[in-house]
Amino acid sequence: MNEPILEMRGVSKSFFGIKALCAVDLTVYAGEIHALMGENGAGKSTLMKILSGAYRPDPGGEIRIEGKPVRIEGPLGGRAAGISIIYQELSLAPNLSVAENIYLGREMSRSGLLARGAMREGVGPILQRLGADFLPSTLVAHLSMGQRQLVEIARALHVRSKILIMDEPTTALSAGESERLFTLIRQLRAEGLAIIYISHRMDEVYALGDRVTVLRDGRLVGSLDKQDIRADAIVRMMVGRDVSSFYKKDHDPGAGKGHPVLTASDMSDGRRVKGCSLTVHAGEVVGLAGLIGAGRTELAHLIVGAAPKISGRLELEGQPIDIRTPGEALAAGIAYLTEDRKALGLFLDMSCLDNINLAVLGRDAKLGWFLDRDKARERADRAFAGLSIRAANVSVPAGGLSGGNQQKVLLSRLLAIAPKVLILDEPTRGVDVGAKSEIYSIIDNLAKAGTAILVISSDLPEIIGICDRVLVMRSGHIAGEVRRTETAPLTQEDIMALATGTEHLDA
Amino acid sequence: MPDNGSTQANAATANSPAVAEATKRQRIRLMIRAAGMLPVLLLLCIGFHYMSEGRFFTGQNLGIVLQQAAVNTVLAAGMTFVILTGGIDLSVGSILAASAMAGLTMSKLSELSALWLPVAVLTGLGFGVVNGALIALLRLPPFIVTLGSLTAVRGLARLLGADTTVFNPSIPYAFIGNGSLTLIPGVASIPWLSVIALLVILASWLVLRRTVLGVHIYAVGGNESAARLAGIKVWAVLIFVYGVSGLLAGLGGAMQAARLYAANGLQLGQSYELDAITAVILGGTSFVGGIGSIWGTLVGALIIAVLSNGLILTGVSDIWQYVIKGLVIIGAVALDRYRLQGSART
Repeated sequence: MNEPILEMRGVSKSFFGIKALCAVDLTVYAGEIHALMGENGAGKSTLMKILSGAYRPDPGGEIRIEGKPVRIEGPLGGRAAGISIIYQELSLAPNLSVAENIYLGREMSRSGLLARGAMREGVGPILQRLGADFLPSTLVAHLSMGQRQLVEIARALHVRSKILIMDEPTTALSAGESERLFTLIRQLRAEGLAIIYISHRMDEVYALGDRVTVLRDGRLVGSLDKQDIRADAIVRMMVGRDVSSFYKKDHDPGAGKGHPVLTASDMSDGRRVKGCSLTVHAGEVVGLAGLIGAGRTELAHLIVGAAPKISGRLELEGQPIDIRTPGEALAAGIAYLTEDRKALGLFLDMSCLDNINLAVLGRDAKLGWFLDRDKARERADRAFAGLSIRAANVSVPAGGLSGGNQQKVLLSRLLAIAPKVLILDEPTRGVDVGAKSEIYSIIDNLAKAGTAILVISSDLPEIIGICDRVLVMRSGHIAGEVRRTETAPLTQEDIMALATGTEHLDA
Repeated sequence: MPDNGSTQANAATANSPAVAEATKRQRIRLMIRAAGMLPVLLLLCIGFHYMSEGRFFTGQNLGIVLQQAAVNTVLAAGMTFVILTGGIDLSVGSILAASAMAGLTMSKLSELSALWLPVAVLTGLGFGVVNGALIALLRLPPFIVTLGSLTAVRGLARLLGADTTVFNPSIPYAFIGNGSLTLIPGVASIPWLSVIALLVILASWLVLRRTVLGVHIYAVGGNESAARLAGIKVWAVLIFVYGVSGLLAGLGGAMQAARLYAANGLQLGQSYELDAITAVILGGTSFVGGIGSIWGTLVGALIIAVLSNGLILTGVSDIWQYVIKGLVIIGAVALDRYRLQGSART
């Protein structure tokens, strides 16, 4: 094989005496897609931040690019060395146009004035090459997540990066958008780029990876070549133990036989949700699938009163109920786990203890006002033990936890109210394999205890694995339902057909 | 840095000696963080003591410092509530003036004169609640709303006394402005103004750290959308914090009126809001909300008072006092940022 484009030898990084990365080697060749896997906290982000120049590695290691030793320093260091990173949370300015974003920090000017026209022309060829269906003058705010990702990639190509690092690029994408992204990634590989692809999702690594490198607890566990890539091998390397593969729920003939707990009819917000009706029974896990932008999250927001509705009725256990705010929903026993735990869920600076107790502070309070600190600590301790949340103690800020543990903290807050209805929006987004299966079994146990559960997810294997039946949304409507029967399991094909509108007329 | 966080957490369960060392270091860091600007305050005190040839640490001078810090401490306590929610209250100086004017006017009505104190405080509360309602219900930015009331309430304050200075040498409860609470007869006493300030700090601590409302205030400042989705009545929290800020500004007005036996709607409380904001920021409260403590605010208010007092003791001219105070504030906050690097929010 030719000379590697990126070589890392014995790269370490410690924070306050704790090694986040320990003598890690990584070799990446041009024209390959190199998958980097590991649980949250394994050191992937640290490794990436070293390559971007955000962190300076400990002395002793070496980084070579095209055979030449380099020092990557400062936020622009990575870019100067030919490395571009596309973060999970995209780093675009939504108030600027596509062209302005691509040129951000390197704006073209003519005699001191911004040369907007020249910039628009300058990005045209790249956008064309990427097959973009939007104009350079479009505001990024008006683009979908998939299109925004394209802008990020265009930016990387525009600075002639040779190494492209993508951190879980498909988390915010719908299945169709992901597929398009994969095609594009393969095209970039053919053009000779080296792509480091970080993902939790095994199917993506199967589909894309030429090689897989696994990190665990800041150490390199090993690399696998394409022919050796197998899910069980990778999972074993990632967690250091055998995991009984992925969660698979059996057909439960009793599912849906419980009494209806939540019935929503004709819910509309006048924009994204157009007359949706659904029923969730006690002890049932109902999936809500659909492409990004189909209106699933918006429907959930209508149900819990987080957005104003123009029509729709709710019944809780047969009784009509009027919910206008999320507070009223919680009081009624309807809990909603947001898809965006950092922006809409957790209080990152507050302790896990406060985060967990937030919804029940008023109920627990002494004399109606004063915090019951013993009860709060007890509840937090119980949540830590029950959901195996891994953190130093309950008083550390929630922001310092890994994605999976943050999700469990947020889930604990909802479980504290003992909800009758639990609406989970992307419950395992940005969560590592171990925590994922833990969350699945939490969901399963709750259903067995009689909770009515609605799961919104873009991860089809997940929906198929945990749900009794699946409702599919398409452009604001419930397009149909897929049921698990004794003879026929749920299939991705059935769901995708409904989601994209290509279902057979006789189905 | 979600990755290091969890590595630390994972490693902590492993319990190796390196980890124990790191936990210890982290604990020390947390202690330094909790102590905040206290070392700066102590250094200033000691420095001024030597530069003024031993005139700083005298019972009489410390009494003066505490008295001078009192009104600003009360205003800064209210400001802490507001800034913790990520807001700002620019109108406290004007509210203080209007409340003092309302109180003094009341005190001149012979039969009802004893009611001047509650009238002053309630006047402040009223203005604060109006601020809060505009911010919470009409969703107007706090900076704009309180900038408006800074001007409008100042006008009302002048209106109340027909733009003159109102005197009342026989104002009831004058002792709170000039009297002292005797702790040990003949040996130690503490000005009533400082007693009030201290009680305000204690009450603020109780609300912020021991009540449900306190957690909700931090939550609104930390992440307003998450707070709304978690069922917190954000509007009620906002009206509360601006109400408290107004109420404490009213109390500050009463304290000033009792101290001076007089008030002038034009001059009283000019630019007090800046000192209050400075005290809160010096105390380590995050300007974007969600992080901070009332004890930090107390230290911040004391630093400002010690600076003024010390610069006078050392004979620095009035003009240079401004320059030095400004630089110390910037320097102190810069030091704070530097100290917190790596441990602050990511």
